Amino acid sequence: MNTNKFLTMLAISGTLFISSCSDDDDNPDPANEGELITTMTVTLTNSTDTSDTVVMRFFDEDGENGPTEPTPTVTGTLKASTTYNGSVAVLNESEDPVEIVTEEIQEEADEHQFFFITDDLGITTAYTDNESNYENAEGVAFTSTNPVGLTFTLTTTDTTGDVALRVVLRHELDKDASGVAEGNIANAGGSPDIDWTFNTSVE
Amino acid sequence: MKRHTWLLVLILGINFISAQECEKTLSGKVIDFHDGVPLEGATIVFNNRKIVTDASGTYNIEGLCPTSYAFTISHEKCNSQVITIDVSKTSTKDFYLEHHLNELAEVKVAGATTETNSSQEETISNDVIEKYSSASLGDALREITGVSSLNTGSTIVKPIIQGLSGSRVMIINNNVRMQDMEWGDEHAPNIDINAAGSVTVVKGASALQYGGDAIGGVIIVEPNRVPAKDTLFGKTVLTGATNGIGGSVATELVKGYENGWFFKIHGGFKRFGDVETPDYILSNTGISEKSASLAFGVNKFTSGWDVYYSYFDTEIGVLAASHIGNVDDLINSINNQQPDIIRDFTYDIENPKQEVTHHLGRLKYFKRFEELGKWSTQYDFQYNQRFEFDIRRTEELRSKPSLDLELTTHTITSDFSFDAKADYSLKTGILLRYQDNFADPSTEVRRLIPDYEKYDAGAFVSGEYFASDNLTIDAGIRYDFNKIDAKKFYLISRWEERGYNNDFSDIIIERARGSQFLTNPVFEYHSLSGTIGAQYTFGQDNALKVNYALSQRAPNPAELFSDGLHHSAARIELGDLRIDQETSQKVSISLQKNTEKWGYELAPYANFINDYILLEPTDVELSIRGAFPIWEYRQTNARLLGIDAKLYINWLDKWRTDHNFSLVKGQETDNDIALINMPAPNTNNKITYHNKEWKDLTISLESQFFFRQNEFPPNIEVFSIDADQDVLLEINTPPDAYHLLNANADLKFALGTKSNLKVGVTINNILDETYRNYLNRQRFFADDIGRNFLLRLSINY
Repeated sequence: MNTNKFLTMLAISGTLFISSCSDDDDNPDPANEGELITTMTVTLTNSTDTSDTVVMRFFDEDGENGPTEPTPTVTGTLKASTTYNGSVAVLNESEDPVEIVTEEIQEEADEHQFFFITDDLGITTAYTDNESNYENAEGVAFTSTNPVGLTFTLTTTDTTGDVALRVVLRHELDKDASGVAEGNIANAGGSPDIDWTFNTSVE
Repeated sequence: MKRHTWLLVLILGINFISAQECEKTLSGKVIDFHDGVPLEGATIVFNNRKIVTDASGTYNIEGLCPTSYAFTISHEKCNSQVITIDVSKTSTKDFYLEHHLNELAEVKVAGATTETNSSQEETISNDVIEKYSSASLGDALREITGVSSLNTGSTIVKPIIQGLSGSRVMIINNNVRMQDMEWGDEHAPNIDINAAGSVTVVKGASALQYGGDAIGGVIIVEPNRVPAKDTLFGKTVLTGATNGIGGSVATELVKGYENGWFFKIHGGFKRFGDVETPDYILSNTGISEKSASLAFGVNKFTSGWDVYYSYFDTEIGVLAASHIGNVDDLINSINNQQPDIIRDFTYDIENPKQEVTHHLGRLKYFKRFEELGKWSTQYDFQYNQRFEFDIRRTEELRSKPSLDLELTTHTITSDFSFDAKADYSLKTGILLRYQDNFADPSTEVRRLIPDYEKYDAGAFVSGEYFASDNLTIDAGIRYDFNKIDAKKFYLISRWEERGYNNDFSDIIIERARGSQFLTNPVFEYHSLSGTIGAQYTFGQDNALKVNYALSQRAPNPAELFSDGLHHSAARIELGDLRIDQETSQKVSISLQKNTEKWGYELAPYANFINDYILLEPTDVELSIRGAFPIWEYRQTNARLLGIDAKLYINWLDKWRTDHNFSLVKGQETDNDIALINMPAPNTNNKITYHNKEWKDLTISLESQFFFRQNEFPPNIEVFSIDADQDVLLEINTPPDAYHLLNANADLKFALGTKSNLKVGVTINNILDETYRNYLNRQRFFADDIGRNFLLRLSINY
């Protein structure tokens, strides 16, 4: 190979180098956080008095990546020996418009399940929905009937005192594992999307 | 080619002939560098005189004048090259010819076969590379004393040199510095080991021609060279392994011509399913790897050029059980001692997984100038694409990578090596580099590493002075400039929590949606590195090397900018814009003896690093998914003290034992806290039987003992939702000591006159020992892999 050829080669590579250096001042777009949850609201409505509600709200304004501590708030207190109808709403309020994560969970109802866990005061919970209540992204209702937990009931006993209610949402869990359909998390597996404990009381 | 050589010899010869007292002698041996066998019939030519070695490889030249001579040493199947020796200073010299079958034999003067003069270094040869054909570069390098690895499972293996890894270890592949996002703990080098002819590890920053920031060391991967003669040869290596039920195939074909032209092509494929421990399957630990390379060019003695391109593509499963949701999952994993996901064996690779592609292209030209030296210049291009897939909330999200980075690098280097003088050599060069990182936001995950552009420029001078027959002094100095220009989004809450609003308010470009600042950090670093050292040989077979190396390393993008939840590791990693360069001063000594009967090397070192950058768990942060450990980068002054020791003894004709030991102690100097992730002391002892007469049979049994790492930083307290209280998270506690027994056997069969077949069998972890390795990031979740049988067929043709 002669020197001329080599110089040509060098010139080409040099041009590549320089052209690739040209600075473009385009600013990048912020990533749209598809998985972020900022807000979860668990609403408990007295089954005999719809004006009596307990609202438990989790709010983390900067999401799981941010240093701001989440703020849980509970309004109202539970009454003894009462059954409440519960519902869960999950949002991503960092997006505009607000992303309703609950819809996403409904669309993949067969892969998600909530668990409501407490050891306190003999409180019991039970699912009141199942997968066939929801439609997938194509608008076709599920035919399977495992619980999802977007709605549920919570029943207090006559014991009063403090209550810690842990709310867990898992995806890709084993819904057929022993006890899972009854709300027992022990064998569920999967990955958590939500794992938060609210503190309230029965009066 | 031959004509040029003769011309050179003639010119040098004429210059040197004068009316001096010509009674000097030069004697020694010509030895096969590959196996140390003396070569009969090798010729040494100078000034129209020709001397041929006898049956013991010995030569003796009389009637030499006390001046420099250019000797041309050759042996059949080898290319001639010229070595200049000052006969007034030197009276004995052994010449080493690399004498691989069919491959270029390079003439190397004893002691000059290394990358540096006075650094601790070691090379692994073709045999070892073949043994690790189905494994990775990092696995093979562990054969070298003082080299360990930081693993993520068994397939992601990052080399650690004397306690340091990541950006502190530079990898030079075919004379190109790999730019493959080496900053991440779970980012392994994107190199197919089968494409390498030899791999050399320099344990320190002394190889200044490659860069100045290799505080840990340099790994130099060199291909086999092609001889300038009419030849066609190739090699195919097939390996099968029982653990992971898979294997690899690698093949290489080389065509050389007398006029210097050559073509070379290489391809490799590797496929494994889930590997297993003695007790269970490690689900989702399969790997699929493809690689190919092509090279052609002209390689003459006086000039040459070549074009090289290589492609590497890998898909690696990450242990299913290592995906954890929050700190309670981590606590459970550590306590349970058993992974919570064990599925049936499969070849399928599911999320979490990595998919990495690396393209490397190179154009190189060199020219030799008579009585002056050699000028080389090179342009290289690299493109690295990394995807990491995680277990995410919805099906749609799972099909998208959580991390999508594209790193493009262009580099021009040019250097001149002045090697014509007998008593000194000098090398000088420059480097220009441009790098662009693009983080794709379509992942729907906040960028862990931002978009950035990086500019590097460097220049170096290094030299060796051959003070006497047995003393060589080396010194070098290098300057590097780095500029990084990033565009990064910060959550305003994070920006304030880091205190950047006071120090960096001028870099904010705009306020973006989602309560974020878009910022434009621009940092410049000036780094100075230098080295000085000496090698002294004494007695028959002893050498003493002493080296001092000063090295400065600018922070990498992860150390500066990491920001966010690393889903696959379930931890929040936080860089710091304030992080500055780290400066290392390392003194290393190597005392060695190499005889036929026995030999040893004692290699102590002390590495003092100012502003050492480390990543450690500091706290936990609460989120709706529970608590996540925060890992933060921090700078401190550190001290690494260690020793690598080796001993071999040839007991009898056919029996040999090898004994290695390495120890490193890393500590923060200000507060006496141990550094995180320091390799535990370990010792390897091996007994080998080798019978040359019978099919070149080699059988060896190796014992590897890994002590427990008793020096580690304190654990952290975290709040556990499950336990409803603060608990100690034993994230730093190392696992127990362990002992592994491995065996290997090789046989060689001739296939016709030119070809041969080597058959090798290896059994790793013969005793099926259950163990965990401190330097495996999956040690929290599962045991390391159990017994493994490997069968290897290597055909040379």
